[in-house]
Amino acid sequence: MDEDANLPPPESRPRATHDLGGVSRFLCEPVDTTPHALTEFDREVDALRQILGMRGIMGVDELRRGVEALPEEEYFGLSYYQRWIRAISATLLRKSVITEAELRTAISELS
Amino acid sequence: MTFAAGARVRVRDDWPETRGPCHIRTPHYLRGRTGVVVRHLGDFPNPEDLAFARPAERRPLYHVRFAQPPIWHEGHEGDDVQVEIFEHWLEDA
Repeated sequence: MDEDANLPPPESRPRATHDLGGVSRFLCEPVDTTPHALTEFDREVDALRQILGMRGIMGVDELRRGVEALPEEEYFGLSYYQRWIRAISATLLRKSVITEAELRTAISELS
Repeated sequence: MTFAAGARVRVRDDWPETRGPCHIRTPHYLRGRTGVVVRHLGDFPNPEDLAFARPAERRPLYHVRFAQPPIWHEGHEGDDVQVEIFEHWLEDA
């Protein structure tokens, strides 16, 4: 529409990393639409998010906010559920549901 | 409910992303664009507050339709883009 013709080009606007609609750098590569098998890790992260939601500890909007807050290099470097677990940990730390020490202990017990 | 079907609206040309942590459902490519309200979809808790576990007021959500070619400089005359937008992102146009 005519009155929109003077808007600055979208590439010059301060869009957030995740806000990818119509961004030209992604128009050049075909989207991989083949089904991806879920790993055990993926299933665990999904289950954890559902439990946190059912218990009223953390909602999906908080999850999205956490994913969107990842720095660009991490956002594009992590898998879908890796982004989720980063967002979940950051949210639970911020809300004092878990402590840094508890998180470090839990991670060290995995190795 | 403020906007009826057929109302011409402009999406606020606002960038909360530049002002600190936020969660915004209004796509960047529609900010400042003019479109037409298709229908009121219902009232929903504002996700911008839910994202921070704050009390969230219910806000009207609309389907708004935009002409596609001016947005992405592709497609044909008559192609459109329809997006869900909360009322507080819309103003009369």
